[in-house]
Amino acid sequence: MSLRFQRLLLILFTLIIIFSAVLLILYNTRENVSYFYTPSEINKSDIKINKIIRIGGFVENDSFKKISSSSFEFRITDEKASILVTFNGILPDLFREGQGAVIEGMFVNNDVFNANDVFAKHDENYMPASIKEGLKDTGYWNKKYK
Amino acid sequence: MKFLVNPSKFNEVADYIFKPVLILSIVLFALGLLFSFYLSPDDYQQGSTVRIMYVHVPSAWLALLTYAIMTLYSILALAFRIPFGFIFNTSVAPIGAIFTLICIISGSLWGRPMWGTWWVWDARLTSVAILFIIYLIIIFMNLSFENRIVREKVVAIFILVGSINLPIVKFSVDWWNTLHQPATISKLSKPSIDPSMLTPLIIMTFAFMMIGVAIAILRIKTEIISRKSSLS
Repeated sequence: MSLRFQRLLLILFTLIIIFSAVLLILYNTRENVSYFYTPSEINKSDIKINKIIRIGGFVENDSFKKISSSSFEFRITDEKASILVTFNGILPDLFREGQGAVIEGMFVNNDVFNANDVFAKHDENYMPASIKEGLKDTGYWNKKYK
Repeated sequence: MKFLVNPSKFNEVADYIFKPVLILSIVLFALGLLFSFYLSPDDYQQGSTVRIMYVHVPSAWLALLTYAIMTLYSILALAFRIPFGFIFNTSVAPIGAIFTLICIISGSLWGRPMWGTWWVWDARLTSVAILFIIYLIIIFMNLSFENRIVREKVVAIFILVGSINLPIVKFSVDWWNTLHQPATISKLSKPSIDPSMLTPLIIMTFAFMMIGVAIAILRIKTEIISRKSSLS
């Protein structure tokens, strides 16, 4: 075995060890690394009331209610479970029913989640506005896109 | 392919291709910006803000690509004793840092109107911030050793250790829940982006690539000269 080959093996071996160490750490802390919980994860776990967490999912269709000019109520769903959210403040541009959203706040009781902050989540689809109109005209528009 | 590992061969090829690469990058930037601003449509959700993507995504790709190439050169330099790897890494680190910075700033400007926040500490944004810090550490390490031989090796090892961050940046959006959207363009599936928006994205990616190559050529040549003068 030549010297350079030995050095190459040593480097690759070290890299594999480091990679597996870091990936093991990340795998075992994945719940803390995740930015938000989904509603069904919330239902399965016992999240404490009055602890600040983030939940993420889609804004349920026909659930958005405007209570006053800056106070809103809606449900966040992942199609398996849904959570009632109340919010006082300014909603981001992309926020609408059917759109992904991440909400930071806390449960005030077992059913109601009070939001301090609302972020709209953008999906990975990019489409010209004119095509949206065309799709709507022909009836091929996927209702989930809104 | 000798010019990729041999400084004097590199100098010959670099002199030959520098001007074409620079002109190509200028042409591609002109074309790419024309497409980005005038010849591509508004997005159905984001409106005009989608145009930030044509700067954000190429710079993100190139920040990762630059680091990946630096990792390869570190292995070459350490295992096969090819000094050109050290020259390459010293010269190219600031370019990668700038690409990362462009990516972070443009993403932040996009996040404010779209997400409703400049910055969040989700896995994707945090790992890119770490990538930027790694680039900065490489630059500072390159400036801070008396002994060049020791410095080069330490930096190369640091680059290898830091390369663990690359798969984390790439797959963070798949492994964890993040506010950042998952990849639109991956090799395995049809991209969920319209061709009219893919065109400016690809042109801009090549434009960024060419300006990166042009700056890298200048910096590597300077580095070779400064090493020669410090040896003699």
